[in-house]
Amino acid sequence: MQKKLVTIALAATLSLTATAAYADTLADVKAKGYVQCGVTGGVAGFSAPDADNNWSGLEVDYCRAVAAAIFNDADAVRYTPLTSTERFAALSSGEIDILSRTTTWTMSRDTTLGINFAGTMFYDGQGFMVRKADGIDSALDLSGAAVCIESGTTTELNAADFFAANGLEYDPIVFVDQDEVVKAFEDGRCDVYTTDSSALASERTKFAVPDDYKILPEIISKEPLGPSVRQGDDTWFNIARWVYFALLNAEELGITQANVDEMLGSDNPSIKRILGVEGDFGTPLGLDKSWAYNIIKHVGNYGEIYERHVGPNTPIGLDRGINALWTQGGIQYAPPIR
Amino acid sequence: MVVQSFNYVRTEMEAEAPAPGTSVGFVGWMRKNLFSTPGNSLLTVLGVLLLVWAVPPLYNFLIGKAVFIAENGETCRVEGAGACWAFIWARINFFIYGFYPMEEQWRVNICFVLGIILIVPLLWLDLPGKVLNAILFFVIYPIVAFILLNGGIFGLQSVPTENWGGLTVTLIIGITGIVVSLPIGIVLALGRQSNLPVIKTLSIMFIELWRAVPLITVLFMASVMLPLFVPTGMTVDKLLRALVGVSLFSAAYLAEVVRGGLQALPRGQYEAASAMGLNYWKSMLLIILPQALKHVIPGIVNSFIALFKDTSLVSIVGIFDLLQTVQSSSSDLKWAGPHQAITGYIFAAMVFWIFCFSMSRYSIFTERRLDTGHKR
Repeated sequence: MQKKLVTIALAATLSLTATAAYADTLADVKAKGYVQCGVTGGVAGFSAPDADNNWSGLEVDYCRAVAAAIFNDADAVRYTPLTSTERFAALSSGEIDILSRTTTWTMSRDTTLGINFAGTMFYDGQGFMVRKADGIDSALDLSGAAVCIESGTTTELNAADFFAANGLEYDPIVFVDQDEVVKAFEDGRCDVYTTDSSALASERTKFAVPDDYKILPEIISKEPLGPSVRQGDDTWFNIARWVYFALLNAEELGITQANVDEMLGSDNPSIKRILGVEGDFGTPLGLDKSWAYNIIKHVGNYGEIYERHVGPNTPIGLDRGINALWTQGGIQYAPPIR
Repeated sequence: MVVQSFNYVRTEMEAEAPAPGTSVGFVGWMRKNLFSTPGNSLLTVLGVLLLVWAVPPLYNFLIGKAVFIAENGETCRVEGAGACWAFIWARINFFIYGFYPMEEQWRVNICFVLGIILIVPLLWLDLPGKVLNAILFFVIYPIVAFILLNGGIFGLQSVPTENWGGLTVTLIIGITGIVVSLPIGIVLALGRQSNLPVIKTLSIMFIELWRAVPLITVLFMASVMLPLFVPTGMTVDKLLRALVGVSLFSAAYLAEVVRGGLQALPRGQYEAASAMGLNYWKSMLLIILPQALKHVIPGIVNSFIALFKDTSLVSIVGIFDLLQTVQSSSSDLKWAGPHQAITGYIFAAMVFWIFCFSMSRYSIFTERRLDTGHKR
């Protein structure tokens, strides 16, 4: 026990010095020639190996965007698949430069773990799935429903809160394992299945006839998923944050992977600024002035990334919903580049 | 006087009567083996019922209703379809090579082939040239394999270890663990019996420390904590850390297995060795170890098999071994279906079974081969 305590204390001390010594992540990254990016071991649409054995997904594309901004090469990324338990330690020990691994931005994580969240790549939240045949259109119609839930999760608590807050009766049917929950729902043991909406969408694709099921529009909890970096390196944090903002701004200005070269000749001052035609917004970040151009050229804008990996035309088939730009009824909003 | 002969005693053997019909042939076999007592009869009936209950659904799932050929998950999602073997076939490349670039996979293949060419004669006890073979396999082969896999020189494209994966990594960890841990284990076992207090204490400390912590903890420490201790900027490769962790962990177990063999030897063997004037190392190498190791072949192979299966634990530190590739492929939406994950796990189980069962058979073969009548 004594030994363990000493080890932990030692580790804590060293992690502090490590954080300080890693203060110049950008120089470090430039020196080694690639961005080390922490991802999940496989969550469809977010980061998973594709048919050609390459990493692909929404969160993978964020890492590619960072690499494109720094190196003008979206492939200058190395991926470290991480479990949820080791992800923060991997980031603070300097093993990875950016953590982009379906991580919910919460206050305790932001303030106590020595990390900073750069933005919200995906606003997730708990939702409900029902059988189409039941004719339910809103979660408020669910009074008296049997609800399949995974036990011991925030999902269970969120559902209890939701039904209590709306004065609805419900009958929770609880299982220990996600697969059991899905099976029970498929077998008709309950009317509703609830978990994070992105997971609902990917589970739906596994049913024999996915079209028999639908996901209700209500989202009852906040799960903002975003990339994070080590605290104490503001230059690197700025890059992480503005890469995300550049993706959003590009979509807002209508700059896509396809038309970015054409847009170089645009008269719109906002477009001129983001593409580096006018002014230099790269140097303050420690990057080239065409940093945002490189991102869009190699990876595309936020909307394109979304459509490519989780949008309605993918097997996951998630509508933009609250992940639409603020101009289109969503809450994705970026400060201007000027 | 006429001598009358009375044949009271038969002079020739009566022909054997056939055994009763109920004790020969199929019926006899059944009576002897399956229905010898009421208890056994009951067990037989229950056993048959269990088979009738379990085998047809298993057969249907694995073969009868399984989907062998499909373009995507659509065919596997049909109501009542069994295992989705088409999914395994479509992702087999990933299961074997992980993220290794496709156009460079010939390098992995060469390593596989070289490994087989070297390891088969090594295990084939009758073939000559064991010393050369051993040098090739234990010294030259790892270097060649590393250069081939890692690249970066001789014009080979560099493939960092993060991109290694699948069965390749499982075999690398398994074989390295086995090859490295056995000698370390033997040295530790000898060290533990040493008369020199320092060596003895160090060996005991090492063994007890490593045996007292779970492998997951070791891997986790190696992967998460170690980077905090080493000087900043210096990174030790993640796969290498796992290799060292697995090898040392397994060495501690082997040390105890080997110690069991050393203690099983009669005292007289040690004394005889000394009486012949052999020094410590010679007596160990020529007299003690050959006998001791022979006694504990089952225990050693047991440890090897455990080690090979334990390699799947490296997936918790984000190394893409066979099991992890299977797991992450089970979220491949192109093949999404109700039996996608379970098919993957069955496949992984079969691969592990093939390797572990081969090791087990080989161990039985060597035991028989080396048996000199000491079997107790």
